[in-house]
Amino acid sequence: MGAGRVPEFRSDNTLINLQHLTKRFSRSGNEVTAVDGVDLNIREGEIYGIIGYSGAGKSTLIRMLNGLEQPTSGSVTVNGLEMSSISGAELRKARQKVSMIFQHFNLLWSRTVEENISLPLEIAGADKAARAERVRELVRLVGLEGREKAYPSELSGGQKQRVGIARALANEPRVLLCDEATSALDPETTDSILDLLTSINRRLGLTIVLITHEMHVIRKICHRVAVMEAGKVVEEGDVLQVFKSPEQPITKRFVSQVTEPGDARQAISQLGEAYPDGTLIRLGFVGDRAEQPVLAKLIRSFDINVNILQGNIAQTHGGAFGSLVLQLSGDGNAVREAIAFLHAEGVETEVIAHD
Amino acid sequence: MTEQWFPNVDWMKMWEATLETLYMTAISTFFTFLIGLALGILLFLTSPRGVWHNRFVNLVTAALVNIFRSIPFIILIILFIPFTKFLLGSIRGPNAALPALIIGAAPFYGRMVQIALAEIDKGVIEAARSMGATTWTIIRKVLLPESMPALVSGITVTAIALVGYTAMAGIIGAGGLGNLAYLDGFQRSRGDVTLVATILILLIVFIIQWLGDLLVKRLDKR
Repeated sequence: MGAGRVPEFRSDNTLINLQHLTKRFSRSGNEVTAVDGVDLNIREGEIYGIIGYSGAGKSTLIRMLNGLEQPTSGSVTVNGLEMSSISGAELRKARQKVSMIFQHFNLLWSRTVEENISLPLEIAGADKAARAERVRELVRLVGLEGREKAYPSELSGGQKQRVGIARALANEPRVLLCDEATSALDPETTDSILDLLTSINRRLGLTIVLITHEMHVIRKICHRVAVMEAGKVVEEGDVLQVFKSPEQPITKRFVSQVTEPGDARQAISQLGEAYPDGTLIRLGFVGDRAEQPVLAKLIRSFDINVNILQGNIAQTHGGAFGSLVLQLSGDGNAVREAIAFLHAEGVETEVIAHD
Repeated sequence: MTEQWFPNVDWMKMWEATLETLYMTAISTFFTFLIGLALGILLFLTSPRGVWHNRFVNLVTAALVNIFRSIPFIILIILFIPFTKFLLGSIRGPNAALPALIIGAAPFYGRMVQIALAEIDKGVIEAARSMGATTWTIIRKVLLPESMPALVSGITVTAIALVGYTAMAGIIGAGGLGNLAYLDGFQRSRGDVTLVATILILLIVFIIQWLGDLLVKRLDKR
């Protein structure tokens, strides 16, 4: 889509401001606090991720951004408009600029692709010619040419979400809210939808707020992330920073979803047994460090043998991070010096096993 | 041959009675559809999770629907004699059956509409709200189209029930095939007249069911 060639549009202007946002529900006499005193600032043009397990309150939180839920206390301001205090026609008008896509797509089965995309335009009162024109543009934008007359039942999950995205973009919103938008899709389709969202973010300068329980989604497209647990935001920051040094236990768990796929963790403990010779070390790379030829320098500068046992590297929006498991063998002193060199280069180094 | 098999059948009269039955069924189905739709939507929107959540309106509507749905139709006709007389000036002829037919069937259909609406995916309604739709827009552009197959199969069942009701209404003088079967067939012991009237009623019912099924099949794109 050529998204890579377009410069990112991000500014420091706060577009969405949440102040001490709280939502309580009373269910059969029991009071449940779904969202508990959340303060957040989301900047114009960024992709902001909110991650948490189900029941963490993220779904309620995102619904307060477009007034589908009203807060018990606190305030939500989007683009200077306090969503939490307006209602009626004013709120309906504001919603056209804060649109939403959903986990289960929520398309009307009774309408074709183009009729579904046309619905928000009908709601906004656009005339027929303008609707047809805009629908054509949107179909092209999300890559659904040729499927205009299809009904949702004839589409794949990924295609359905593309219709959902086109529909959400129809009235040229400032903000796109994504409610677990890829959770019902297979990994490959998830990636194609995430690519589409990134491309839209860059090309249209659209601010995207997404909620998810998959760290993969955060890693792949978000600039900043907030981690939610039991209604509270427990950790927040640039995605790369959070990946580099997660502080809360829950954040560490989410980060390990991406850095240590289940089978790899077990593999590392087995590596010690499989390679009894030399020293096993694990290197963690973050940011620019990951792109420098540290390994080449290591091999050139020290008289040791380096055997790569396992490695992974992942790209986030802010840079790369990854880990590498090496087997170093040779003179004991040279190995110790090599490890010291890695420390000096700023590479996170951990010795797993000695011979 | 018809002379031999059905010696007592007056085909002119039989045709007239068929038209009367069709007329009563068509008009009462039409008004039942409109009133039932309004009742069903009101029940749905005022329900505890509806957008116009209103306990009082919901309870009163539900109570009225339940009462009129529960009264046996034959009793409803008798109860409605004064009302019909006031409204139409007569209690004879096909028009006289209409008030009782509509009031008997509309609450029944209203419940079906409510059930049909309750089965719509909540996410679709939420999506429409997130686009800034008014309740009226949601009714027109989401609730009705998304429940249309259920609404049509519901009105098919109701129309068939109404064919039966017109036959009952015939007994108190509303005309139609029921009236003919009762007065000319049963009371004068002419079995052939009753048989032909019954076959015609069955044909009407089959045709309504066939049309309904065809329409549902066309509408349902799920």
